[in-house]
Amino acid sequence: MRQLRNILKVSINSIMKNRTRSLLTSLGIIIGVCAVIVMVAIGEGSSAQIEKQIADLGANLIVVFPGHSRSGGVSRGAGSYNRFTMDDVEKLKQEATLIQWISPMVRSGGQIIGGGNNWSTEISGVSPEYLSIRDWSVASGEFFTDRDVIANRKVAVLGMTVAEELFPDQDPVGENVRIRNTPFKVIGVLAEKGQSGMGKDQDDIILAPSTTVLYRLKGGRYIDMIYASGISTELLDDAQEEMRVLLREAQRLNPGEDDTFNIRNQAEITEAVSEMSRTMTMLLGAIAGVSLIVGGIGIMNIMLVSVTERTREIGIRLSVGARSSDVLIQFLTEAIVLSLIGGIIGILLAILTCTVINSFTELYTLINPGIVILSFCFAGGVGVFFGYYPARKASALNPIDALRYE
Amino acid sequence: MDSVIETKQLTKTYRVGEVSVEALRGINLSVRMDEFLAIMGSSGSGKSTLMNLLGCLDQATSGDYFLDGINVNSLNGNEYADIRNQKIGFVFQVFNLLPRTSALENVELPLVYDRTGRIKDPRRSAVEALERVGLGDRQHHKPNQLSGGEQQRVAIARALVNRPAIILADEPTGNLDTKTSIDVLSVFQDLNDQGITVILVTHEQEIAVYAKRIVEMRDGTIRRDLPVLKRRNARQDLAKLGAEEK
Ligand SMILES: Nc1ncnc2c1ncn2[C@@H]1O[C@H](COP(=O)(O)OP(=O)(O)OP(=O)(O)O)[C@@H](O)[C@H]1O
Ligand SMILES: [Mg+2]
Repeated sequence: MRQLRNILKVSINSIMKNRTRSLLTSLGIIIGVCAVIVMVAIGEGSSAQIEKQIADLGANLIVVFPGHSRSGGVSRGAGSYNRFTMDDVEKLKQEATLIQWISPMVRSGGQIIGGGNNWSTEISGVSPEYLSIRDWSVASGEFFTDRDVIANRKVAVLGMTVAEELFPDQDPVGENVRIRNTPFKVIGVLAEKGQSGMGKDQDDIILAPSTTVLYRLKGGRYIDMIYASGISTELLDDAQEEMRVLLREAQRLNPGEDDTFNIRNQAEITEAVSEMSRTMTMLLGAIAGVSLIVGGIGIMNIMLVSVTERTREIGIRLSVGARSSDVLIQFLTEAIVLSLIGGIIGILLAILTCTVINSFTELYTLINPGIVILSFCFAGGVGVFFGYYPARKASALNPIDALRYE
Repeated sequence: MDSVIETKQLTKTYRVGEVSVEALRGINLSVRMDEFLAIMGSSGSGKSTLMNLLGCLDQATSGDYFLDGINVNSLNGNEYADIRNQKIGFVFQVFNLLPRTSALENVELPLVYDRTGRIKDPRRSAVEALERVGLGDRQHHKPNQLSGGEQQRVAIARALVNRPAIILADEPTGNLDTKTSIDVLSVFQDLNDQGITVILVTHEQEIAVYAKRIVEMRDGTIRRDLPVLKRRNARQDLAKLGAEEK
């Protein structure tokens, strides 16, 4: 017992006496552990963020946009079949049973003048139901109604960003804005929605009745997309299929003919985006893994370089009567202590880095406890192995051979 | 009186690739407890090889070695280590002190591995051992802050801190000037007077005459084994040297 205490004391002494060596050994572990945790945290953080923002799109969302759904044959590219009309939307609205809300989406853009300022943004023509589909609300004023849509009224609801750019110190409700020289009356301001998963400012937008945008601004016949909301999450796939069948009817497609549109529901979008962010997390993880291995090689290198010096030390200890087990316990303790300290510092540093990233950058990080444990064990394992292995070899030598080691 | 050291046809052959060097070719040596032995011989005659075997730092190729009546060849690794720890104090020609470690801690080193608990206060014993070699005031110096002679004396203090039965010293005065050499010899003579067996290796006749018996080696065998007729006393010589300086 006294023996063990003595040897533990020797280990600690040895660590303190060889500060540089100890520091360099731990450094490899610190960097390895920290890099892996932070990288994976960034990857998983952005995944989580993206998924949350997709959920923010609105519950049970179904989106239809033109273009071939299946690749193969000659692709004419998405958007080349600009074939939905208001009638299609109306048909869906009348006949679909699994759809709760539906809204066309007519996209336009351009220069907005109002409040003595001007601003360039996107104008989306939608129906009043769009607000429910997107789970959005109005912060002040009100949203337009079906009557506004029927009458092609020139009314607009501003996104928060647009409102602040055009009317920094006043309530825009009741004011007039000119969108590409057409005067619109501002009747409301949307609640703030923040950034989308792709970093787009969702509040930099103007919503207006779909008919107004289609007929008065764009002067066209075709709408760009259809937004809809299924009645429940369980029936989302059925709702999508129902819409598909109705749209094929509306488009007069023969059986066997490819869809001329793409239809996606929220689950699919989430799936696609999660897939993408999973790939990113894996990529970051791989980079981190490489840094862990580099860290490991660093530890190994220092351990091996110090073997000559340490083998002489082992020779001295053996020659004054240390048993090989004494020497092994000492070296093992040293390696474990250094790996532990390095690992803990690495974890703390990673937590600190993540906190800094969260508060000072756009990135969002999410620390994965499994990865913390994994990287800690790996780096620790490398440290212990390479501390232990040369010592094991040296302590099995005759004292005189250890002393003569070069 | 019984021998503390008894070797029978001890041989040691080093193999380096295809070549084998017979460093020892059948050594029969018997050393009594109160003896002070000087081993002499030309370079390469096997003195260090023999010392390493006697000090249990290396294993013989063949032959027997009895230490205090125990056949060392029959011991396992741990028993072997314990013999080094409790029975033998070894002084190397190249000191072999732990770097970046104070004189005191170096001297204490054997006590770290002492499992018998016979030494109650390791720190005190280490201080005493240092005082004994005249380095009471150098306890906290690191090896690189000590002169060669002082380092050698730290090594001697380390060899005697465990109160060994035998002190083995391989050319302990090889790097020292005459006065320091005699200084070191006086420590060995004192220890010997207290009943510790001392064996030292030296090239110099002037050093060997402080021993009681000289063994001369050549080509791995013992050539001559003679008692010292006109033995010198290190303490007296030191006093004389001191007087001359004044
Ligand atoms: N580790 C070794 N491997 C191979 N040969 C060795 C080894 N150690 C010693 N020898 C050889 O054994 C012989 C005896 O060496 P040893 O060191 O015992 O001589 P020595 O009498 O101590 O010489 P010196 O007075 O120079 O110290 C030498 O020929 C030497 O080359
Ligand atoms: Mg020699």
